[in-house]
Parts: sequence; C-alpha cells; structure tokens
Amino acid sequence: MAVPEERAAKSGAAETSQRHTPEGVEAGRELLSASDVSRTIARIAHQIIEKTALDAGAQDAPRVVLIGIPTRGTSLAARLTDKIEEFSGVRPALGSLDITLYRDDLRTRPHRPLERTSVPEGGIEDALVVLVDDVLFSGRTVRSALDGLRDLGRPRAVQLAVLIDRGHRELPIRADYVGKNVPTSRAEDISVLLTEHDGRDGVYLRQEAQA
Amino acid sequence: MRHLLTVSDLSRVTATALLDEAERFEQALLGREVHKLPTLRGRTVMTVFYENSTRTRVSFEVAGKWMSADVINVSASSSSVSKGESLRDTALTLHAAGADALIVRHPASGAAHQIARWMDAWAVSSGRNSGPAIINAGDGTHEHPTQALLDALTLRQRLGDIEGKRVVIVGDILHSRVARSNVFLLATLGAEVVLVAPRTLLPVGVDAWPARIAHSLDAELPGADAVLMLRVQAERMNGGFFPSAREYSINYGLSERRLALLDEHAAVLHPGPMLRGMEIASPVADSPRAAILQQVTNGVHMRMAVLFRLLVGTQEAVA
Repeated sequence: MAVPEERAAKSGAAETSQRHTPEGVEAGRELLSASDVSRTIARIAHQIIEKTALDAGAQDAPRVVLIGIPTRGTSLAARLTDKIEEFSGVRPALGSLDITLYRDDLRTRPHRPLERTSVPEGGIEDALVVLVDDVLFSGRTVRSALDGLRDLGRPRAVQLAVLIDRGHRELPIRADYVGKNVPTSRAEDISVLLTEHDGRDGVYLRQEAQA
Repeated sequence: MRHLLTVSDLSRVTATALLDEAERFEQALLGREVHKLPTLRGRTVMTVFYENSTRTRVSFEVAGKWMSADVINVSASSSSVSKGESLRDTALTLHAAGADALIVRHPASGAAHQIARWMDAWAVSSGRNSGPAIINAGDGTHEHPTQALLDALTLRQRLGDIEGKRVVIVGDILHSRVARSNVFLLATLGAEVVLVAPRTLLPVGVDAWPARIAHSLDAELPGADAVLMLRVQAERMNGGFFPSAREYSINYGLSERRLALLDEHAAVLHPGPMLRGMEIASPVADSPRAAILQQVTNGVHMRMAVLFRLLVGTQEAVA
C-alpha cells in the first residue's frame, strides 16, 4: 500500500520542479548548460513557427497563444514569445495557467500555494494554444492544464512544448515540441534552473535524496 | 489550520498568504467563460445561520459553488432548531449527514469555538482522523474573521499596502465583531488602528486592544488612509447607548462634509448592511471613494481562499 503513495508523492514533487537547493543541484550531472538552454529555446521557437505557419500571414491562419504552466513554464513561454517575435515578426499572445486548482491529488498532498493565472488579451477562443512547461513526467500536470483550458474557452487546437521529457508517463499524453529527451529512473530528479527564478540557466540530473 | 475561529489564529505570514491566495482566485476567474473550478468537487459545505445574513451567507455559497463543492444552507428558522434542538445535536447531525465544513453564524459569542471543541472531541472518541472544519461566520459580539480578511484585502488593493497605514474604525465598537476582528488582524498586518466611538459604545477592556481610542471623528479624518464605518447594531442594544439617531449621525456619521476632510487617496469601507443617512450619507456610500461593493466581491474570493486552505491538503488534517 505504501509504494504507490510514495511514488505519487515523488512524481508530483519532481514534476513541478519545486525543489531547487543550489547544493543539491550542483551535485548533479549537467544535462544542458546555459547556452544549451538558450539554443534549445531558439530551436523550439523555430519549430513552433514552422508547425503553426505563424509567418505565412495567411488569412485563415490561427491566432497563436502561448500558455505557460507556473512557475518555470511561464518564464519559458515568455522567452519563447520573444524568440518567436524575433524570428517571425509576429508576437503570439502570452498567458499563464496555474493548474493547482485542477490537480487530482489535492486531497492526498500537502497544501500548496496558488500561482498566477492570466488569460491573454482576446482569450483563447478558436486560438492555437501551445502549453509550455519545463519538465514532462507523468503527464498529470498536462491533464490538469487541459481541464483548465476547457474552462477558459474552446481553442482550435492545443499543442505541448517542454524543455525536458523524462518519460514515465501515466497518461496518454505526448509533447509536440521537446527540447531534450532524457531517459531517467524514478529515483532520479530533474532540476531546471532559469535566470528568472534561480539566477542562472541550466538543467541537472541527480539522484533523489534519500528521505 | 483545521478551523477558522478567530483572527488570533492567524500569524502575519498566514494572513498574508490568505490575502495572496484570494487574489490568485480573482485572477484565476478573470476573463474566463466558466466560473467554476473543480477543486472541491465531492466536498460538502454547509452553512448554518442562526442569524439573518445576506452577504456572508451568499458569499460563502458562491465561493463553495464556484469551487464545485456541494453547498447546503441551513437556517435556524426553517430547521429543527425551531423545535428546540440543541446546538451540539444540530452540528453532529449535519456532520453525520456528510458535512466536510460547517460555516456557523450564531448570536452567542464563542459558539463556533464550542462547536469546534465538540467536533474535535467527537473525532477523537470515534477514532477518526478529523471531523469537519468549522468556520466562524460571526459569533455574537466576538469575531468575524472572514470579514476582517476581506476588509484587509480591500484595504491592500486600495492603498497598495497595509503596513504603516492608518485605519479609523468608527461607530458601535461595543457590539461589533467586525471591529474586534479588524483591530486584531490589521494590527497583525502592521496597520495603525484608531477607534472612534462614544464612550457608551466601547467594550470593557478596549484599552488592551492594539488600537488608539478617540472620540472626535473630525479630528481623526485628516491623515487617515481609510475609514471603516460600522453598523449601529440596534438589535443587540438593550438600553439607551446614545440619545437619538440624529445625534449619533451628527457626531459619528460620515457626511459629505466629513468626506472632504479625508485625503484624496483615503478609502471608505462599510461591512454592510448600511443604514444610509445614519452612519453614512447616501452620496458618500455611492461615491467612488467607497469600497463597499468591492468588499462584497473580495468576500467571495477571500472565502474561496479560506475553503481552499481548510478543505484541501493533508498536512494539517493529519497533524
């Protein structure tokens, strides 16, 4: 009985990348350096432009909206928006969606504070929404985000962009844009550091501390 | 936090976190098609009101419904209370019927505390982890914590910050649970609180409160950042506390002339229901300086934050 609970606790914590102690992170193996992170974001921006035909300027091209999942997904979405504008001349709308209120494990996990939600100007009705998060793990965060989006309006389509896909999916969810695929064990932890939150960029893999 | 019975339960950190979360709820609901979050799906929230109320009860009901809880309203006049059922039996009955939270308003001070004690004792004796969460929605002349929280949220929105701001609370301090909760919460949050009232409407022991006492409203208005007007609670008065409504109004009513004494940025609050023409002049109540309807809106978000805090998460329920 204890095993699934423990697993759920681990997956939830790691997926939201809440635990970033500098010492712990330093002890880990570097997966992406600061320049790798910025190169990866630029590549995803190009892919989004290509796949959504942002620069085509066609009459029936959908409005593209980037929605970041707090906390680090929001910063990634903001950076992608800047890059997309730089490369294509078109600036997609930007929003953020806190998924805490939509989680399915609220009763079984400790209280967590809410993060910022902001619906972009013009809403998401009939838009092509790109959800942005730092790490894709069990897929439960994305499921919550899809529920949340449904309450905001009806997008034409929803795509998913993540910096790291570490596997271990518990739901049939897959990303459209992946910065780096990292096969991990469940005993490992991925830490994404971003300047906006941590003072510098980088992605690290480390063994989870024994409780 | 298991229950919300008094603002004394709230540290500055917790109170600020609750205000922040209420604002997050406001943001989360802004610009969306569906005013409904799945957060409390499957939870049952019951309001038990032994006194009449519009805004508090509706506010809790809307807050619960927007979070997908099942909300059931029980009023004393239409329940078995009118047949003489005791408070304890009513509370245990509602819990047995499936309440995860009981939101209680009662004319006796301490009623919510007493229910919380009964429920906790019941939970221990029946070997359960926890009974329902009790939220004090006003107990006699004692406390009204969610009102103080929503007032603090309104002040923070109007003034940018609460720390160091001067808030003048005017009127029937003696019978006002709103005044008591506000004084202690605002002091916790670092405000300077001034109470203005006739001597007859000040409670015994008010000197020990973290507030300054004054008797001239005109003297206190210049330099105030906010004025909180209180309702004169005639239903709790069993004697003459002031000569006449007219004299009260002349001495302690917020007239247009007095509004002009306030600084440009100062906000006017009233917990409602307001007696127009007595505590507050109609043009003042309807002026943009008045935050009365903003208080009501904030009330919904604040109560969502409180329900979220009490009904979601495991750590405190187990502890």
